Order: sequence, then C-alpha cells, then structure tokens
Amino acid sequence: MGAVTVLSTWLLPCLIAIILLYGTLKKVPAYEAFVEGGKEGFSLAVSIMPFLVGMLAAVGVFRASGAMDAFVHLLQPLLAAIGMPPEVVPLALLRPISGTGALGLMSDLIQTYGADSFIGRLASVMQGSTDTTFYVVTVYFGAVGIHRSSDALKVGLLADLCGVICAVWIVSLVFG
Amino acid sequence: MINIIWVALFLIGLIYAAIHGTIDEVNKELFASASAAIEICIGLISILIFWLGLMKIAEKSGLLEKLSSLFRPIMRKIFPEVPPDHPAMGYILSNTIANMFGLGNAATPMGIKAMEELKKLNGGRSTPSRSMITLLALNTSGLTLVPTTVIAIRMKYNAVSPTDIVGPTLIATCCTTLAALLIDRFFYYRRTRKGRK
Repeated sequence: MGAVTVLSTWLLPCLIAIILLYGTLKKVPAYEAFVEGGKEGFSLAVSIMPFLVGMLAAVGVFRASGAMDAFVHLLQPLLAAIGMPPEVVPLALLRPISGTGALGLMSDLIQTYGADSFIGRLASVMQGSTDTTFYVVTVYFGAVGIHRSSDALKVGLLADLCGVICAVWIVSLVFG
Repeated sequence: MINIIWVALFLIGLIYAAIHGTIDEVNKELFASASAAIEICIGLISILIFWLGLMKIAEKSGLLEKLSSLFRPIMRKIFPEVPPDHPAMGYILSNTIANMFGLGNAATPMGIKAMEELKKLNGGRSTPSRSMITLLALNTSGLTLVPTTVIAIRMKYNAVSPTDIVGPTLIATCCTTLAALLIDRFFYYRRTRKGRK
C-alpha cells in the first residue's frame, strides 16, 4: 500500500510538469493561457457563495437545534436491523449532509473505540468511500446556475445508502 | 426536491429548537455556518484560479483531447449524449481521475468546468441535462483509490496499520459508484417514460 501513497504524493507535481511540458512543446503561450483560464476562477468562487451559505446555514440550524440527533435516534433501530452497529448510525446519516461534520464524528469514533476496532475501521471505510452529496450538488450546480436539482439529489442519496450497506458488508467480511 | 429539503431543514430545526429550548445555539450556529460557507469559498478561489489556469494550457495544447480519446470507449457508455470529441469529455475525465487519486482540490474546478461545458451542450438551460446528473452521481459516490484524509486520521490515532482500510474502501467505493450509475440510469428511464405520456 506504500506504493499507492507515494503515487498520490507524486501525481500532482508530475501532472503539472506534464501539462507545462506538453503545452510548451505544442507552442502554447503557457503563461498567457494560464492567466486567461485563471480569470474565471474568481467569479466562479463568488457565484457559489449564495448556494453554499444557504445550504450550510440550513444544515447548521438543523444540527444545532438537536433535531439531527432526534432524527438519528429515530432511524437507529431501522439501520441496526441491517447489521449496522448503532454507534456508527450518526456518521452514516451525517456523511451525505456535512463533510466536515462527518470527519469530526469519524475522528471521535476512532478516538473512542480505537483505530483498529471494528467500529473504527467501519467508520474509516464509510468516510472514505463516498462524498458529501449535498456539498457536491450545491457547488457543481450552483457554479453553473442550475436551480432545480431534478433527480440529482435522489440519485446521490440513494447511492449513499448503497454505499453505507456496502461498507458494513465488506468490513464485516474482511475484519469481522 | 431541493427546495422542499432546504425549507424543511430550517423549519424542523426552528420548531425543534422552540420546543426544546435550544434557540440560543441555533442563533449562534446560523451565522457561524454562514461565515464558514464564505470561508470555504474564499479557500476555493486560489484553487480554482490555479487549476482552471493550468487546465486552460492542457486544453489549448490538445492534451485534454488526447486524454479523452484514451478512455473514449468507457466514457461513451457512461455519457452517451456527449459527443466524444467535445471538450466536456476531457474535463469529465480529468475530474474523475483527480477524484480517484484523492485530489479533491483539483477535482472541483475540473468538475465545475465540465458542468459548464455540459450546460452549453444543453443549450444553456437552467435545468440539468441527463449527462449533468450522471456527472453529479459520479462525484457524489466519490470514487477514490486512496482516502488520504482517512489514512492521516488513522495515523494520528495510532492505528497498527493505518492503510489496512484501503482495500475495503476501494471495494466499497466501486460498489457505490456502480450503484450510483445504475440508479442514475433507472431515474433517466423513468423520466423519459414520463415525458412520452
């Protein structure tokens, strides 16, 4: 596995070098092209702002009021029925909604139960195997001005559910 | 759907807070999370400028096109509506590859750029096209080869072998991605059938 980690550290610098070398070989004015492309970056970041403020504020209110905990409590027996330890249920529910929140919860679980415990490993796999659906929908659609999500959110959340089930199943199989 | 969820998050939170006396926390959190959102965006500016600039070089030199021709057979199956030579394909691929290697920083700008191109293909409409939903599904399922952040946290808490979760994570992420693509297809066919009626 060491090789994989080394690969991902070196990938970025190599990618930059390849793009610059190839561009220069093809006689593209590299610096000018960089500035031209980069100009869009600022306005893009600004255009995401209202979407992200709206979404994070809503999630914040939901969580701070305690409604999130109540919601988790409500669903706990249901998810426990598919073989999920009740300790990781909050993580499974928070993962698609808040990336930083989920990361905090995962660290907390690892600290409490140990990195090599079943719960610690399950939390790690759950955190690593999917992305924050709400954030992705907000940022990607927000940046290009798509106001209606159509089926995107449903697809993302259903996939998250599959991901959670997969994680429980695989971790039980490998480490259980 | 996103409108309903958004309003519901607020209203449920506010009503719950009113009943359970947590309104002080809610008031504090409301503005804390709003400013956290702005911080995220500010953090994104430098990343967006850097990667969009670099990708412009890749686009102009034809590197992006080369990359997409390499993966053309698979991408054609996943994105049947995108012409294989269209720049959108190159950005979609760069986005997917960056995600696979856990380069979230690089993945977001490329994903946004791909969305932009897909929107152009869709005639600039403000409703998402089929390909846009597929790209989103691909991103929400988070196909990763190396979950770098998770490994870092496991190291911090003295795991015997911090990377022993890489294999299981890889299987889980592949299953999730496959499920996302299948669910996406299912909803697409449901939409088209509704449209015909």
